[in-house]
Amino acid sequence: MSETAIRVEGLAKCYLIARALGRQPYRTLQEEVIALPKNLWKRALGRSDSMETFWALEDVSFEVGEGEVVGIIGRNGAGKSTLLKILSRITQPTRGRAEIYGRIGALLEVGTGFHPELTGRENIFLSGAILGMRRSEIARQFEAIVAFAEVDQFIDTPIKRYSSGMYTRLAFAVAAHLEPEILLVDEVLAVGDAAFQKKCLGKMEDVAGQGRTVFFVSHNTQAVRQLCTRGILLEHGRVAADGSVDSTLAVYNQRLRDMRIDSETGVNNPENRRGSGAVRFSAVSVEDLDGAERYTFGMGDTVRFRLSFTVNAPMRGVAIVVALRSGMSREIVTSVRHVVTEKQLHPGTSSTVVIDLPDIYIRPGEYPLYLHVSEANPSPKNYDVLDDLTPPLVITPHGRVLHDNFDPARPLGVFSLPSRMTMADQPADEDDLPRIVPRRPHIVR
Amino acid sequence: MTGPARVAADNLPAAVRRPTVVIEPTTGWSAINFRELWTYRDLLRILAGRDVKLRYKQTGLGITWVILQPLVAALIFTVMFGRFARLPSDGHPYIVFAFSGIIAWNYFAAVLQRAGNSLITDARLITKVYFPRLAIPLASTFSAMIDLSVSLAVMTVLMVIYGVSPTWRLLLLPVFIILTAVTATGVSLWLSALNVRYRDFVHAMPFMLQVWMLASPVAYATSIVPEKWRVLYGLNPAVAFVEGFRWSILGSSSITPQMVMITSAVALVVFVGGAFFFRRVERGFADSV
Repeated sequence: MSETAIRVEGLAKCYLIARALGRQPYRTLQEEVIALPKNLWKRALGRSDSMETFWALEDVSFEVGEGEVVGIIGRNGAGKSTLLKILSRITQPTRGRAEIYGRIGALLEVGTGFHPELTGRENIFLSGAILGMRRSEIARQFEAIVAFAEVDQFIDTPIKRYSSGMYTRLAFAVAAHLEPEILLVDEVLAVGDAAFQKKCLGKMEDVAGQGRTVFFVSHNTQAVRQLCTRGILLEHGRVAADGSVDSTLAVYNQRLRDMRIDSETGVNNPENRRGSGAVRFSAVSVEDLDGAERYTFGMGDTVRFRLSFTVNAPMRGVAIVVALRSGMSREIVTSVRHVVTEKQLHPGTSSTVVIDLPDIYIRPGEYPLYLHVSEANPSPKNYDVLDDLTPPLVITPHGRVLHDNFDPARPLGVFSLPSRMTMADQPADEDDLPRIVPRRPHIVR
Repeated sequence: MTGPARVAADNLPAAVRRPTVVIEPTTGWSAINFRELWTYRDLLRILAGRDVKLRYKQTGLGITWVILQPLVAALIFTVMFGRFARLPSDGHPYIVFAFSGIIAWNYFAAVLQRAGNSLITDARLITKVYFPRLAIPLASTFSAMIDLSVSLAVMTVLMVIYGVSPTWRLLLLPVFIILTAVTATGVSLWLSALNVRYRDFVHAMPFMLQVWMLASPVAYATSIVPEKWRVLYGLNPAVAFVEGFRWSILGSSSITPQMVMITSAVALVVFVGGAFFFRRVERGFADSV
């Protein structure tokens, strides 16, 4: 193996979380003064105060060689972001040690330090400096940044007048021209339109191709598969798998499939599971028309969802939403909603519904699932969400392997609309020109 | 596979390779890492530049405001304290006397105001990228200097109008500017760090500044303070720099070398203490802002 770029030994991070509801991690002086006698009393008795501890990282060790492109995957709350924050020195570990060999650049968001009142030009210098570039470096790269962002006409306009697309392009352009030896990236690709995401991924591939070390934290298993050579799976703040990207993703997907979805799964993670608990999904499966559970379908297949739910408090009716997220940007690309009933329901009621998506013409890719059950008139409390708690739906082209994600000839977008081409009338006698003989009209998906 | 970084690393003998950065939990007190701060000097300059640009872009009146505000204050002091109360002004026209104190105080107050809340305003930065956190409050120390130089230009005009001619003491003005900057930075390190811990500190700030100004020789001269209280009065670090500005600009004031020494010592203690305090609490900034 080549020289070490990052060495992590027994890294752990403990957060204090407020026990009382609505308690902030910071205090007001007034509170402090009022609480002083009580706290002194508690301390005298050797009791801890009202904070609870939460170990975001428990014991993480690994070593990354120079030039490796490592993807860090894991569910929400597995500790991915905390690891990245420690490695980029934003926060300190509670225990353990990390050594970094080389200049490090961290991209934890797009547009770090951007200020809406300043012009594009001013923001390039500001953001570049915040990301750790020297002024002279930024000046040298200035033209390239502007060209990459395609904003040359508006470079002296305050960025508050930019469209969100322009803003994102400019922000990424600055980041993309950082030249660290080690690049830490956190899901910054979860922004922008599909075409721009491709450009960003392409740029990251370039960086990786230059032999620099890349540390990529993402939900986006498609991008991880494409970019990374090695994968590290984090689970509950520990390394659960570490190996080639394919083997780690295989472990990850197996874990997702093994996880039984019931009324308790992920309930403590507000990013995956929300709502009051008045209604909960109790079982979820995705299957084909033969009833076999699976998550990989070909374009044109029928996808069947079998969803069970239990009502725990009186509710008026039930409606279910099945939505597909984009594997890239994670926005919801489409959804279907069915009202199961509008009748009053009593606690203890449970039921199972089957929702079919016939002839699914979505382009090949991975689509994380977002499942939602609520009262028939959506209520702000009585609902349940399973957000990316199941394996993603994988759509493959008929019988063939998954398309290369960055193939420029591949049509863009999520939906495959049927289309047909015919030849328009041509001038009658232009003998010199070769005639295009139209193919028989046919529908292309 | 031969990027520039590669080549550089290959050329190094293996034994020389030391980690660029070691990340470990730290405890206890630590001093300012001046070397690191120096490598981030471009960031400091750009952050200060951002403050200046935003200030002049967002206020409609822009530079007019910077000129008018101290001028109006000086006028009111002249009428109230000079004319009505007939306070002494150490032999200078009252408006020139008052203005020279106001510009020193205004610089000091501007640094405190901007730096005090700076860590909260830039919370997004703190949670998203690493750089020496000191750069954020320090930027205010430098950005407020722009307003100070505008005020000094107005001061020059006033001196010409009132026929006050500068003396050799003007050459020592930079020393007093540095004394003011160090004092202001010291206090603002305390304020900005306390602000992260105690969010209601912001509300106490205007009150604190108001009381502090009244306790400093901005609108009046130190000479009205009875002799026996002078030493105690001198413990207020603002006394020395306000009177120091006056002394170097107008050529005389009721300042004594003893006072400058006391204040410099107080300023130094506040600064060093602030720096250690800031370094101590900065570890938790990202987790609590």
